[in-house]
Amino acid sequence: MKNSRLHSAWTPWIFLAPFLLSFTAFIGWPAVRSLMLAFEQTFGPRTTAFVGLTNFRFMLHDPFFWTAVGNTVLFTVAAVVTQIPAALGLALLLNRADLRGRRLFRVIFFAPSIVGLAFVAIIYSIMLEKRTGFINSSLHALLPAWDPDFPWLEHYVMPSLILAVLWLSAGFYMVYFLAALQNVPGELLDAANIDGASPWQRFRHVTLPEIRPVLNIILLLVVTGSFQLFELPYLLYNETNGNGPDNQALTIVTYLYQTGFRSGDLGYASAIGWLLTLVLVGLALLQRRLTQKEEL
Amino acid sequence: MSPAPARRLLRPTTLLIYLLLGFFALLTLLPFVWMICAAVKTKEDFFTSQFLPRGPGFLGIAWDHLTLHQFVRLFRDLPVPRALLNSIFFASVGSVLATLFCAMGGYGLSKFQFTGRQALTTAILGTVVLPGALLLVPRFETLYHLGLVDRYLGIFLPALAPAFGLYLFRQAMLNSVPADILESARIDGCGEIRIFFQIVLPIVRPMISAYLIISFIALWNDYITPQIMLQSPERQPLSVVIFSLKGLYADDYSLMLAGTLVSIAPVMLLFFLLQREFISGLTSGAVKG
Repeated sequence: MKNSRLHSAWTPWIFLAPFLLSFTAFIGWPAVRSLMLAFEQTFGPRTTAFVGLTNFRFMLHDPFFWTAVGNTVLFTVAAVVTQIPAALGLALLLNRADLRGRRLFRVIFFAPSIVGLAFVAIIYSIMLEKRTGFINSSLHALLPAWDPDFPWLEHYVMPSLILAVLWLSAGFYMVYFLAALQNVPGELLDAANIDGASPWQRFRHVTLPEIRPVLNIILLLVVTGSFQLFELPYLLYNETNGNGPDNQALTIVTYLYQTGFRSGDLGYASAIGWLLTLVLVGLALLQRRLTQKEEL
Repeated sequence: MSPAPARRLLRPTTLLIYLLLGFFALLTLLPFVWMICAAVKTKEDFFTSQFLPRGPGFLGIAWDHLTLHQFVRLFRDLPVPRALLNSIFFASVGSVLATLFCAMGGYGLSKFQFTGRQALTTAILGTVVLPGALLLVPRFETLYHLGLVDRYLGIFLPALAPAFGLYLFRQAMLNSVPADILESARIDGCGEIRIFFQIVLPIVRPMISAYLIISFIALWNDYITPQIMLQSPERQPLSVVIFSLKGLYADDYSLMLAGTLVSIAPVMLLFFLLQREFISGLTSGAVKG
């Protein structure tokens, strides 16, 4: 077999070399290093000691860590129940053969996801201001009962984040749903139509099973992405290093970042990161098991 | 092609769908419209009007109140021109090199048989689950040892090996580059480098343009990496410089939004021009077909 090849054994490695060099130095090695750090106690670069599972044990009794976990889980649940229906709903609206201007709508809905998080933080920190903010004054103009001093950022931290992230990413996930919907065989829908199925029945029994694989991928993307929520709350509440009022904006990754870069406790930061990684891998495997069962 | 009767029957639903789509499109666009209006207002007018200041002019708008003053301040009084150049530099050099490295790597992984190929693929793609912030600290350490902290190179090098990019090119090449073309080119005595640049790259051209924009926009928008890895203010890109206005000019909303507009406009333009490639590149990994 080996001799029948026309290229030398080195050829693939020559093509892989530039990628692998950068990858090893800035992703591979840092990953290994952070795993080592997770079992060490570090305060500054010079003083390190192997401490076994101490960092992980400390996490169990660290109230800030659990606040961060609570906020992150709450955000994730809210993100799933808002973003997925919004993205799928928009895709269903756009997925009509006779629709004019579909590409224009697709571009419009997708456009917010081009905006960088630093800029989203600027836009939403101003739009969500009390009284002078665009959102409160618009709502007050439409519904006079709406309080123009509604304290979005000061008190309703989660709704503020959900609102910004919904604007930011509904269109992003929509394009995946739209691509999947366009692959649903038209004959299946026509057949269901002829059999007298209602639009809901057609969606439930024809469309949904067909787009199931993509729905599963999006679900995984939304969950793992939401678990890593960091830059947006960190920047929206950057005067308090991402804590927000009563630590309501503190997420797991924000806490990791604070412990690593603010307190210099690299060991604890790495332990938090690796625990999060394990949870994410666990969720991905769990979902794979569940979807395989569904298919059987 | 005689949809006339069918279309008439569909009308109420179709109309409702257009109304819904128009409503959601309006909601999506409002923040942009509001931002553009805010950017051409004075600091005082910002608080007295939602969009454009009212006045006796055409359409009831005080056109003479509108001003480009905020842009003048950004480009004359603030380090925005330099930051703009920095962003263009990072994003263009970084995305070209990342695309090249990913295309080469994807080719190496997908079109050759070698021991450990599967393990290598799994190891690289497996890193996508690692939270980005986890790698920041050891990466800073590595850059420190290499003497690359506060150097442009320290921003580029870590951005050149995105696992997602490698995955996209690996998929594209598995699906669309036939092995027998490569073999017959080799039989004809074509060199490996020439095969890659003259045969393989042209086949995956749509993925190249897609990934160029995807990584350009990602690098342009990156805030955390330059914020940590660069210390000199004159090296910072737009994301860091414009966000710093929030702390420096706390109530100068028109200035901040004008800065945001300046920062968003170039990538928006790029996206509008190349949206088809961009979206198909993104979705090609997840949706087969």
